[in-house]
Amino acid sequence: MKDIILGVKDLSVNYKNKNVLAGVDLEIEKGKIYSIIGPNGCGKTTLIRAMSKSLKPKKGKVLLNGDDIFEMKSKEIAKKMAILNQNNTTMSDVTVKKLVQYGRYAHRDWWKGLNKEDDDITEWAMEKTFVANLKNRRIDTLSGGERQRAWLAMSIAQKPEILLLDEPTTYLDICHQLEILELVSKLNKEEGITIVMVLHDINHAVRYSDEVIVIYDKNIYAKGDSWSILKSQVIEEVFNVQTETIIDKESNKPIFYAKRVI
Amino acid sequence: MQEDILLRDRKGFKIGVIILLIIFLFIAFLVGNIKGTLKVEPKRIFEVIMTDDGSPERMVIWNIRLPRMILAALVGTNLALSGAILQGVMKNPLADPSIIGISSGAGLFGIVVLVVFPQYIGLVPIAAFIGAMFAAFLIYILSWKGGIQTTRIILAGVAVSALFGAGISGILVFYSDRVHGALTFMNGSLSSRSWPEVWTILPYTIAGFILVNVFAEKLNILVLGDDVARGVGLNVEATRLGFTALAAFLAASAVSVVGLLGFVGLIVPHSIRLIMGNDYKYMFPATALLGSVLLMFSDTFARTFLSPTEIPVGIVMAVVGAPFFLFLLRRE
Repeated sequence: MKDIILGVKDLSVNYKNKNVLAGVDLEIEKGKIYSIIGPNGCGKTTLIRAMSKSLKPKKGKVLLNGDDIFEMKSKEIAKKMAILNQNNTTMSDVTVKKLVQYGRYAHRDWWKGLNKEDDDITEWAMEKTFVANLKNRRIDTLSGGERQRAWLAMSIAQKPEILLLDEPTTYLDICHQLEILELVSKLNKEEGITIVMVLHDINHAVRYSDEVIVIYDKNIYAKGDSWSILKSQVIEEVFNVQTETIIDKESNKPIFYAKRVI
Repeated sequence: MQEDILLRDRKGFKIGVIILLIIFLFIAFLVGNIKGTLKVEPKRIFEVIMTDDGSPERMVIWNIRLPRMILAALVGTNLALSGAILQGVMKNPLADPSIIGISSGAGLFGIVVLVVFPQYIGLVPIAAFIGAMFAAFLIYILSWKGGIQTTRIILAGVAVSALFGAGISGILVFYSDRVHGALTFMNGSLSSRSWPEVWTILPYTIAGFILVNVFAEKLNILVLGDDVARGVGLNVEATRLGFTALAAFLAASAVSVVGLLGFVGLIVPHSIRLIMGNDYKYMFPATALLGSVLLMFSDTFARTFLSPTEIPVGIVMAVVGAPFFLFLLRRE
């Protein structure tokens, strides 16, 4: 029996009067890592935003542990699901510690301060993401990689069962890209958090996830493990490139490169 | 690891600033009561406030200076808090009730009641509130494009402000025989205001001050961005609506007793941000205090500088505020 944490049923979304997704069905199993890939403008971000209630769909449902998120209170959702957004530019100058404490918002009543449990979880989240030494720094003074880890700390301070990430590696150099992906995969292994992330880099997607979801032409074009996606013609059809796949001896995962535009 | 915290991020520093502002408030209060054609000794101020000894000092302090100082403090608080809120909900550091047209919305609706239906003068604050809310929603509708766009807010605000300003001018032309009261309204002045105005605005100030401080954390989270705020469990729409209404309510109550008074909501929250950062939990009390102090000093200056002629305090604020606005524009 599959344990479905997040279910998308017949989802259609319009963005700026344009139909971006039409009739998407998707089941996210508990404890796995999923990557969503696809060409620019295919609706990857739209899908993840609709899954996190940031966009209202025209039709269809998103079910979190069986409950329709559009009928749930924001606080109830936030206790189970966290999201790391793409462009976290902010005019705020909060310190890292304060930011991570905001992650506890859903867990406390508005008239109460932070309790011992909140403090412990804040510390834990900062340790996990290696920002504990930056806790008194303001987020607007951090480097891109540090800032992304601080936002990640805030997300995990929510103690979510599932974490959605929208292009968490964009604007980071290769070292910081891997650092974030390693961190995410560690959170999955050690804390059992289900991960759904939108990624640009296909090699990152196949390397770090249990299943890859390919979005194309307003719907899910293919879904499966790394090998089945890369072996098929999917990448060539969707991205219009000729590809070559080899095996990485260390991880036994496929590595792919694009040879030329078709 | 206490050492690596910046001075302005330290709790003790922020509380120190607030205590310093309370001292300034007291000084402003004393200066405002001493200064004027009739000089009053500091120790006499408290004597005549406590007991009615029939002296001229009692007359001047009790009927004129004291209520006027209190009113300046209340109006300063309301406008400064209103600006602080608007900057947060509109994510625009240049938002201020007078710049983006919320004050002129309140002004137009207030003047319509004042000039066209003078028998309903008691409804001026309510009309002003409706006008302020109307202006706020016009700004949202005009500047909304898949989210709040900060530059569009200022552009929409300037347009809304011009529209309501034209409405006010229109009323003044059509009812030119009744405009005397309305003219001082246009220029934000505290002259000849006394206890009735204090009692009109006081409940709004108290309620507004309590509410902003209780919900300060929600505004802190909203400033992080709509998606982030929603992600950690904040009801973004309700929070934005509630705070916008609160800002309109604070600005409208100030406009309905002293007329259009610009720049307080811009200068004060900004100075506080520069001194101690953007945490609304400390910013709100400090903003309220500095708003009071600024308006008390400005009004004392407006009243005594060209004595016996009074300058409307709105003009003093504009002289200070316009250069400050340009300074902020350059910093952005």
